Amino acid sequence: MRKELQKYFRNDKLPHIWCPGCGHGIITGAVVRAIDNLKLNQSKVCIVSGIGCSSRAPGYMNFNTLHTTHGRALAFATGIKMANPDLKILVLTGDGDCSAIGGNHFIHAARRNIDITTIVFNNSIYGMTGGQYSPMTPKAAFATTAPYGNIDRNFDLCKLAQSAGATYVARGTVFHVPQLIKLIEKALKHKGFSLLDVVDICPTYFGRRNKMSSPIAMMNKIREMSVTVRSASKMSEEELSGKIVIGEFHEERVPEYTEEYAKVIEKAQGGN
Amino acid sequence: MTQKNIKIYIDEKACKKCGLCIAFCPKKVYGSEGGKPVIVNLSACTDCKLCELRCPDYAIIVGGENIE
Repeated sequence: MRKELQKYFRNDKLPHIWCPGCGHGIITGAVVRAIDNLKLNQSKVCIVSGIGCSSRAPGYMNFNTLHTTHGRALAFATGIKMANPDLKILVLTGDGDCSAIGGNHFIHAARRNIDITTIVFNNSIYGMTGGQYSPMTPKAAFATTAPYGNIDRNFDLCKLAQSAGATYVARGTVFHVPQLIKLIEKALKHKGFSLLDVVDICPTYFGRRNKMSSPIAMMNKIREMSVTVRSASKMSEEELSGKIVIGEFHEERVPEYTEEYAKVIEKAQGGN
Repeated sequence: MTQKNIKIYIDEKACKKCGLCIAFCPKKVYGSEGGKPVIVNLSACTDCKLCELRCPDYAIIVGGENIE
């Protein structure tokens, strides 16, 4: 590892336990590089996770970290931000953790526009528990619990976040890492609730079940499927089926929750 | 143009042989030796660092600086 990045890791915990070719290491590396590029004060950053393979990430990272219960990362993160609004809060979560178990926390954190950067390690599967399908497993994909193909329609987390009120919404992939780092930087600089859906690879469970058992095959698939927001705007719905649209979808300035709450405190204490 | 002086360091202990660096190097700098990357074409390296960024195990460093 690059010397200047070592301080961001708990080096005694490395190497991590993620499978060979797992994209989680790539996203964690991108997060650390984005934090380094922005020169954020390490002791003013708090990283929160739920349960799942992805949620092991903060365990390897040398910041204030919290590994919470399944789906509740955003609930804990909300508490931390309310108690200490000066902290920069990141939530690292998986697709199942965020959109299924934590679905309600997710929409309400977005609705409140609380200043939390949520990075979803979206590998389309529950990896830690053995490859069950999640709300973000694409329709017709195979999973341990969908041996004949998944009949559920999958969430588009970016659309969900935007409708729920998130004020920065973007999608990146583990193939396009330089772009991913820039998106993370942008999300971190954004004041308000930011969501970054990162299309990830799980060669062990998703890959093996879907005839892409090597990480290389999975990466190639991401490369083939990815189109930028700009090109997607010129494509028909039919052309867009089966594609992953990457880039920034939404950005707006809306009053942030803890700032609004500070005003309530001031008012209650007799200020104007 | 000045002579390129790019160094690539591979941490063999950290490498889990996923092969992403070998498969996606735009200049085919790496070959495979039992799944592990070996540098076969260093002069082609353009210092794009994509292999370093895509390595899930932080086993690669590309560049002239900070390499021991």
